[in-house]
Amino acid sequence: MAASSIPLPASEPLGASPWIPVPFRVEERASETADTITITLTPPKGIPSRPFRPGQFNMLYAFGVGEAAISIAGDPDRPETLVHTIRSAGPVSAALSGAAPGSTVGVRGPYGTGWPLASASGKDVVLVAGGLGLPPLRPALYEMLRHRDRYGRIEVIYGARTPKDLVYYRQIQEWRGRSDLRFQTTVDAAGREWYGDVGLVTARVPDLRIDPSHTVAFLCGPEIMMKFTAQALAAKGVPDGSIYVSLERNMKCGVGLCGHCQLGPDFVCRDGPVFRYQDVRRFLSVREL
Amino acid sequence: MTAPPPASVLRLADHKFFEGMIGGLPERLQAVATERAYSVGDMLVREGDVADRFILVFEGKVALEIVLPDRPRVTIQTLGGGEVLGWSWLLPPPQWWLDARAVKRTRTLEINAAKLRATLDSHPEDGYRFLLHLFPVVAQRLDHTRLQLMDLHGR
Ligand SMILES: Cc1cc2nc3c(=O)[nH]c(=O)nc-3n(C[C@H](O)[C@H](O)[C@H](O)COP(=O)(O)OP(=O)(O)OC[C@H]3O[C@@H](n4cnc5c(N)ncnc54)[C@H](O)[C@@H]3O)c2cc1C
Ligand code: FES
Repeated sequence: MAASSIPLPASEPLGASPWIPVPFRVEERASETADTITITLTPPKGIPSRPFRPGQFNMLYAFGVGEAAISIAGDPDRPETLVHTIRSAGPVSAALSGAAPGSTVGVRGPYGTGWPLASASGKDVVLVAGGLGLPPLRPALYEMLRHRDRYGRIEVIYGARTPKDLVYYRQIQEWRGRSDLRFQTTVDAAGREWYGDVGLVTARVPDLRIDPSHTVAFLCGPEIMMKFTAQALAAKGVPDGSIYVSLERNMKCGVGLCGHCQLGPDFVCRDGPVFRYQDVRRFLSVREL
Repeated sequence: MTAPPPASVLRLADHKFFEGMIGGLPERLQAVATERAYSVGDMLVREGDVADRFILVFEGKVALEIVLPDRPRVTIQTLGGGEVLGWSWLLPPPQWWLDARAVKRTRTLEINAAKLRATLDSHPEDGYRFLLHLFPVVAQRLDHTRLQLMDLHGR
């Protein structure tokens, strides 16, 4: 069934229906890279803030253009503002990226399951992000650092194509300065101005300082990157069942009704976007199903 | 007052490359290995020069750079402690095909290539063991090159 054929309720208070986007105000807009921005949104007066779990996403509506699924990239402890990092990839994301402070963006959500942080309790945790995979992992990192004593070692590997493609550059410097976290950044290629690591995220996996059999890994990024990172983690001894990936499929309704995002027996919007790697490995890198 | 401790001496047997190698080869090669220290910006090797040594990185960071005509040089990989600088010294003509530059203070042990080849030739068992340790380095670089070609961060 197409999303457009789903009947909308005649009149409901703002925020009461999962179908009607609530107009949030753009408070801030910060540039991350040449094609990526981060916006901070607040709800209209009288609409309560929306608690979310790390790894969940919202459907953001650029009025008059369309909707796109965008991960929530802010701190779950501060749900009064919504933070989203958006790369301009097509018409909707371009319109969302251009939303100026003071303008409005429609919000439906939060949707999806999120990262299984409870399963990481008492274990070493590895986060591997590729490109725009860092924003969906950032809420999980905020949460783990807030409850630092619940976890063993925390290792983050963040890879991008070039230094210019790294998001949250300043915050990364702060994270790299922490002693209770190892945050490694690597790029595929760089010029002489870059003094950091060059190489693929997969190359950093063998050197992770973890107890592999007591490790949980969360991967987010292009599917090909997640596939090879999962293989590298498995080679290091991390059990397949402890590796989780966040998948992207084109979405319409966001709530498991239209079937647009179907992945085998699951709907990415409702049953994901976070899945156990062993349950979805056969679908990785098959873009449209 | 006690004298300052002697500068630590690097031992081939402590390098990850030789981990688990039986037969005492690293101990025997120690005599033909030279310890070197590089400051930030120092070149370890230059493209086109004779590849006359096998370089094992113990500490620091080394950028492998490709020089392209009319374009800024590109770093395609960085190596850290526990990694080795390649196999150009083994294959004729022994020639470096890229530049290697220290981007952090770096300490290495470097084995004279002619002596290393002679040792491996005259002790084929050692040669075989050595290649079993070198081959994974080659295979890993090949895998990474393939993945780089696939452009993992492609859109
Ligand atoms: C759960 C989820 C979370 C997401 N989080 C973010 C986020 O935090 N930030 C962000 O910028 N984007 C995110 N996306 C991707 C975003 O929803 C899409 O890029 C969206 O289609 C953009 O719409 P558009 O009209 O701008 O581009 P479109 O015209 O729909 O697409 C532009 C180009 O991107 C390709 N494309 C579209 N969607 C995808 C996809 N899912 N995977 C790979 N290629 C795609 C299309 O084939 C096309 O070539 C997320 C997607 C999902 C499913
Ligand atoms: S987007 Fe409609 S079912 Fe997932």
